[in-house]
Amino acid sequence: MASKDQVIEIIHKVAAAIEREAQFLTDLDNAIGDGDHGINLSRGFKKVEEELPVVADKDIGAILKKVGMTLVSTVGGASGPLYGTAFMKAGDAVKDHVSISADDFIAVLEAAIGGVQLRGKAEKGEKTMLDAMLPALDAMKAAGTADAKAMLDAGVKAAKEGVEYTKTIIATKGRASYLGERSIGHQDPGATSFTVMLETIAEAI
Amino acid sequence: MVGIVIVSHSKTLAEGVVEFCRVMAAEAPLVAAGGMEDGSFGTSFERIKAAVESVNQGEGVLVLMDVGSAVMTTEMVLEDIGDDTVQMVDCPLVEGAIAAAVAAEGGLDFAAVKEEALSAWDARKL
Ligand SMILES: Nc1ncnc2c1ncn2[C@@H]1O[C@H](COP(=O)(O)OP(=O)(O)OP(=O)(O)O)[C@@H](O)[C@H]1O
Ligand SMILES: [Mg+2]
Repeated sequence: MASKDQVIEIIHKVAAAIEREAQFLTDLDNAIGDGDHGINLSRGFKKVEEELPVVADKDIGAILKKVGMTLVSTVGGASGPLYGTAFMKAGDAVKDHVSISADDFIAVLEAAIGGVQLRGKAEKGEKTMLDAMLPALDAMKAAGTADAKAMLDAGVKAAKEGVEYTKTIIATKGRASYLGERSIGHQDPGATSFTVMLETIAEAI
Repeated sequence: MVGIVIVSHSKTLAEGVVEFCRVMAAEAPLVAAGGMEDGSFGTSFERIKAAVESVNQGEGVLVLMDVGSAVMTTEMVLEDIGDDTVQMVDCPLVEGAIAAAVAAEGGLDFAAVKEEALSAWDARKL
């Protein structure tokens, strides 16, 4: 599905996509949170871009781990430890790899989700990034790994539907949980940022 | 003495809790880890880690935190440090901090200071 150089290129593209969507993500977080999700992720991925050349000669596992550690130390909000742990666990799933297959990508996403759940102790239906991540994983598994592009497209479609679903539910984790029923009608910023990342990956393959 | 770290998204809130405790515990190794490096709102892995190290006298460190990423980031710092005498305590921030600070200043051991912090759950105001 992707060589190491392509993975590095994709991470740069993800950073650019986060930068492009930062204001939108912050606006979403303004409605039901503390208005910093885009600012947080943009700060994190700027630092990731600086750090990428340092690990360019390492394997994909080490690169993803570095991305995670960088996010943990620079993001400053919940998405730091959450995406940070996700990338670090993803790195463990492809330790020593110099390329990744569609099957590896499933393992990477599964590990990332495990990381988010380990750190945030949330489940499906709590109006978090997991409401895009979990359906994306299910859809990708259902699509099968024979055609990586088709698999990723199925994941993106499910993630987008997951974002729409977050509009219909009450937040029970994170800052939006303070709003209770008033969180209904708003989409979750974290589910949205995950979808931006997955869509960027799908477009690059 | 047992060390105590106050983690908050807000620099002024963390420092305010420390100030509040200082009145009764002038000597306790108590430090604030609030906000980001540049003073902005958020939680910083490096600041929390440095704070924990600065109050560690070898008798254990308790970390009290506000909400959300303050808990998650502290958890990652503690995993990184990997010392089971450095722990988070789940208690009301202000009440737990004063109870823990006074106990630490009084020379109580790690388990006793932690128990004092947890007793803040029972300190009803009304
Ligand atoms: N416990 C959790 N589990 C999974 N996702 C979570 C959890 N808490 C928050 N999130 C996700 O994080 C997003 C918010 O990220 P953001 O960077 O704005 O952090 P924050 O909520 O401002 O952090 P803080 O806890 O520091 O206030 C939410 O939209 C949600 O998707
Ligand atoms: Mg926020």
